[in-house]
Amino acid sequence: MSDYRIKGETGEWEVVIGLEVHAQVTSNAKLFSGAATAFGAEPNTQVSLIDAAMPGMLPVPNRECIRQAVRTGMAIEAQINKWSRFDRKNYFYADLPQGYQISQLYHPLVGEGSLTIAADEKAGIPADKAIGVERIHVEQDAGKLMHDQHPTMSYVDLNRSGVALMEIVSRPDMRSPAEAGAYVRKLRSILRYVGSCDGNMEEGSMRADVNVSVRKPGDEFGTRTETKNVNSVRFVMAVIEGEAKRQVELIESGGTVVQETRLYDPDRNETRSMRSKEDAHDYRYFPDPDLLPLELDDAFLAECRASLPELPDAKRARYLAAGISPYNADVLTAEVEAARWFDTLLDAGAKPVAAANWVTSELFGALNRMGRDISDSPVSPAHAAELLGLVADGTISGTIAKQVFEKMLESGDAAGVIVERDGLKQTSDTGAIEAEIAKILTANADKVEQYKGGKEALFGFFVGQTMKAMQGKANPQVVNELLKKALG
Amino acid sequence: MTELTNLTVAQIRDGHRAGDFSAVEVAEAFNANVAGAKALNAFIVETPEHALAAAKAADADRAAGTLKPLSGVPIGMKDLFATNGVQTTAASHMLEGFVPRYESTVSAKLWDAGCGMLGKLNLDQFAMGSSNETSYFGNVISPWKRNDGGNAALAPGGSSGGSSSAIAARLCPAATGTDTGGSIRQPAAFVGISGIKPTYGRCSRWGIVAFASSLDQAGPMARDVKDCAIMLENMAGFDPKDATSLDMPVPNWEAALSSDLKGKTVGIPKEYRLEGIDPDIDAMWDAGIAMLKDAGAEVVEISLPHTKYALPAYYIIAPAEASSNLARYDGVRYGLRDLPQGAGLQDMYAATRADGFGPEVKRRIMIGTYVLSAGFYDAYYTQAQKVRTLIARDFEQAFASCDVILAPTAPSAAFGLGEKTADPLAMYLNDVFAVPASLAGLPAMSVPAALNREGLPLGLQIIGKAFDEQGVLNAGLAIEERAGFTARAEKWW
Amino acid sequence: MSIDQATVRKIASLARIAISDAEAAAMEGELNGILGWVEQLGEVDVTGVEPMTAVIPNSLRLRDDVVDADPLTGGGRRDDVLANAPAAMHGFFGVPKVIE
Repeated sequence: MSDYRIKGETGEWEVVIGLEVHAQVTSNAKLFSGAATAFGAEPNTQVSLIDAAMPGMLPVPNRECIRQAVRTGMAIEAQINKWSRFDRKNYFYADLPQGYQISQLYHPLVGEGSLTIAADEKAGIPADKAIGVERIHVEQDAGKLMHDQHPTMSYVDLNRSGVALMEIVSRPDMRSPAEAGAYVRKLRSILRYVGSCDGNMEEGSMRADVNVSVRKPGDEFGTRTETKNVNSVRFVMAVIEGEAKRQVELIESGGTVVQETRLYDPDRNETRSMRSKEDAHDYRYFPDPDLLPLELDDAFLAECRASLPELPDAKRARYLAAGISPYNADVLTAEVEAARWFDTLLDAGAKPVAAANWVTSELFGALNRMGRDISDSPVSPAHAAELLGLVADGTISGTIAKQVFEKMLESGDAAGVIVERDGLKQTSDTGAIEAEIAKILTANADKVEQYKGGKEALFGFFVGQTMKAMQGKANPQVVNELLKKALG
Repeated sequence: MTELTNLTVAQIRDGHRAGDFSAVEVAEAFNANVAGAKALNAFIVETPEHALAAAKAADADRAAGTLKPLSGVPIGMKDLFATNGVQTTAASHMLEGFVPRYESTVSAKLWDAGCGMLGKLNLDQFAMGSSNETSYFGNVISPWKRNDGGNAALAPGGSSGGSSSAIAARLCPAATGTDTGGSIRQPAAFVGISGIKPTYGRCSRWGIVAFASSLDQAGPMARDVKDCAIMLENMAGFDPKDATSLDMPVPNWEAALSSDLKGKTVGIPKEYRLEGIDPDIDAMWDAGIAMLKDAGAEVVEISLPHTKYALPAYYIIAPAEASSNLARYDGVRYGLRDLPQGAGLQDMYAATRADGFGPEVKRRIMIGTYVLSAGFYDAYYTQAQKVRTLIARDFEQAFASCDVILAPTAPSAAFGLGEKTADPLAMYLNDVFAVPASLAGLPAMSVPAALNREGLPLGLQIIGKAFDEQGVLNAGLAIEERAGFTARAEKWW
Repeated sequence: MSIDQATVRKIASLARIAISDAEAAAMEGELNGILGWVEQLGEVDVTGVEPMTAVIPNSLRLRDDVVDADPLTGGGRRDDVLANAPAAMHGFFGVPKVIE
C-alpha cells in the first residue's frame, strides 16, 4: 500500500487516481480513411473527403488499427471481445468535422486487463503492484485548433482528424503521483514493445486524462475531476499533486469538489476549469449506423498473438534467470530498443552477465557522452559481441578492452581488426613474461626481501610492474602464476 | 417515328444501338422538355451540356463500335447524389452553392455506363418528406390533375418528387431516387411510374447525402419494370468505400425478367388491410391479387403482426440517425455560414443551422436529439431497434410460406399540395405501407396498377426476400403486363 | 411523457439550432404530438429481443493499411477539401475565435 498522504488541517487524505491514456495507434493510414498519419505535415494536406466530413462520406475501418489494439490488449492479458461495435459520440466543436466522434462506448474491442508496476522503494512503491485496466477502445482523434494566428479567428487543421487512437482506461487503482508515473511509463514501455504506439508524448502520440479525487483513508471515493490531455509523465504527476492539494483545501474550507473537466497549464503548474466544454455532456451515444458490428475470427486473433514480441516483464524475468542483476535487468528492459539491442548481443554469443555490465556501463556511458540513442549506436551488437568475446577468451584484458572500444567508436572498425592491427593481443607466452619478471625482481631486490618477510601486499606491486612491462598485454592469470613461482 | 421523349430506357438504348436515331437527338429532345417544364419545378439545376456531351460521346462510341450498356440514355439525378463540379444541395439552403469535388459511386457508375445527366432533381429537403413540399427550392408539382375539373396542384410524392414528376412528364426516361422510408415507391405510385428500392447494401451509399444510414438505399425510377431492371443493374454493385455495401455479384436482372409466376407464392399481409382506407386502394389490391393468380402464382394470406409499430419505430430510428448525420452541417467546411456580429463558434453553429435547415428537417433533428438524449435512449431508441428486429422477424417468418408479398404502395392517391403540411403526423402516415420493408432492408418496388375515381394513379407494392430483386421485378412485370396502365398526365405546363 | 418549452429549448441547444420563443412554443405541440404517438412502441413485448444491429446479415469488412490507395478516400487534396469553405485562410479553415 502506498503511504502517500496529503496532510490537511483535518488530518491525512488519500488520493485516488485513474488514468485514461490516449495512445495514437501506429498505422500508415487513418482509422476510417486512407489519408496519411505522419506527424508535422502542412495543414490539411493529410485530410481526405471522409476526414473533412463532406456530405455522403462513409467510414471503412483500417484493419491494422484494429490489429494493433487487439495486440495491445493481449499484451496486458486483457479480454479480447470478438464482437464489438463502434458508437457515435455526438458533440459540436470546430475540431470535430462530423459533429460526432466514432468511438466505442457500449461494446469496446478490449475488456478487462492489468499491468504491473515494479516496486520502487525510493518512489514510495514498496512492492510490485497490479493496476487494473478496465478497457481499451478504438476511436478517432480530432483535428487541431490554432488560436494565435489571427486576431479574431481560430484556424482549423484536420490532419489529425480521424487518426486512430486507443483509449486505455485504468481502474482507479493508483494512490500516489509516483504510482501514476510508473503506470504511464510501464504502459508506454509495453506499447512500444508491442509496436502499437510510438509513445512519443511530445508529439502528442500519447496523452493522459487524469482523474483525481481525494478521501479520508477508508472512506468512499470522493468526487473526481478530469484533467484533459496531459502530455508528459512529469506533468501527470504534477497534476495529481496539485489537484489533490486543491481538492483537500477546497473541502477543508467548506467547499465541495465539482465533477468537471480541467485543463493543465504547465507554465503556471496549475489546472483550471474548462467551462467551454461544460454544456456538452449529453453525448447521445448510439451505434454508428454506417458501420456493422466488428467480428473477429480466430485466425485474426491467432495472428495477433503470434506476432507479439517478448514483453518487458517476461524479458526481465529471463535476464534475472541468466544471473543479470535486478538493476541491470530494469535498465535493459525499460526501453524496447535497448532490450532488442541487448538480445541481439546475446544472440551473437555474448555472455549475459558480462554483456549486461558492459552495456549498462561502457556502452550507455559512451552513448550518453555522444548524445546518441542506442538505435544509432556507432557500434553494432555483432561488433560488441566480438569485443566481449575477445575478453572472455583471454585474447585481451578488460583494460585493453576499454581501449579497443574507444577505437571502435572512433573508427567503426571491428574489435578483432583493431587488436590485430595495434598488437593489443594479450600474451600468455611464459618465456617473455618470465624474462620480464626476472628483470623486475632483480631491480627491486629490496621489495622482494620485504615480500618474503611477510609483506604480501607487495604482490600487487609486482603484478603491476609486470603488466606495465608487458604493455598491458600479458594474461593476468599467467602473470600471477609465474610471479608466485618466482617469489617462491 | 414515336416522339423520342416517349421512349423508354430500353427503347432509347436499343434504338440508338440500331442507328434509328442519334444520342444527340435524344439529348436535345429531353433538354427541350426540361427547359419547357419550369412550372413543374422538378429540377434544381439543369445540365443540358452534360447530357449533350454524353450524347456526343455515345454517338462517337457507336461509330467506333465501343458502345456502353446505357450509351445514349439521358437521365435525371436526384440532388442527393454528389456530382463532381455540379451543385449538390439536398434541396437545402444549407448546401446552396455547394459544389462537390467528388462523384457519388452510383452516379459515377451511371456515367461510366454511358448515361448523360439532364440535371439535378428536386426533392424533399435532405430527403425528409412525402410530398416534396420541404425543398428550399420550392415545391415540385405533379404533372397529374384530378378529373374533377379543378386545378389543384398535386404532390408528386416524396422525397424523390423531382424524379417522379420529371419521369411522368417525360422530362427524362429514368432517374435515380433514394428510399429511406418509401421515398422511391410512394412518389412512383403517385405519378404512375415504377421504382425499385433494392436490398439494403446493393447500391453504394458513398457520395449520397445521408439521411438515415441504416435505411437509405438508392434505386431507379422509370416508366416500366424492364427499365428499372436495366437501371438497377448499372447502379448496383459492391463498393469498398461503403462498409455496409453487399459484396455480391450483380445479377443480370433484365435478362432474367419473366412474368410467368407458376410455382411462386404471393403473400397478402392481413395487417395491411386498414380500416377506413380508400375503397379504391382495396379494389386495386384485389385486382392485383387476381393478376398475379392469372400469372400462375398461388396466393396465400400471411401475417406481419408488428406492422402497426413500423412507423413509430421508423420515426425514432430515422430521426435519431439523421440528428447525428446532419451534425456535420455546421458552417465550418462548406455550405452556409451564418455568423452574426460578434458571434462565437457555438452561436455560429446555432445561427447557421437555424437558417440552413427547413422546418421539417429541424423537427426531425429535434426528435432525434431528444430520443438519443440522456435518460431516454433505452426507452426510445433501444426499444425501437428491438421492435425493428421483430418487424424483420415477421418478414422472415412470412417468407417461409411465400416468395413475394403484395400490398398497396401508399394508403391514398396523390394529395393536394398544402393538404397535409399542417399536421406532420398525417404526412408521416402516408408511408405506412412503405416503411416496414425499409426497416427490414428488403427489396420492394411500386408499379402503377390503376387509376382511382379521381383519375389519379395508384401503385401496387411488391416486397421480396433479401437479395431477391429478381422475384420482385418479375412479379412487378406480371402486374404491369396485366394492368395495362397507359394513362399519362395531360400536358398543362 | 410530455415535454415543455424549456425541454424544447434544451434540445434545440444540444442540436445547435437557434429557436425563437414562438418557434419553441410551436415545436412543443408538434414534438409532443409525435412523441406521444411513437410511445405506443412501449406496448410491444420485447422480452429477449436483441436490438437490430445489421439489417441485412453482413460482416464489417476491414481495409488494408495503405495511404492514398484510392484518391476518393485518401488525403493530399487540400484544394478539394477547402474548395467550399466559407472561410479558408493559409490552408486552414477559419472559425470565430475559440476560447478554451
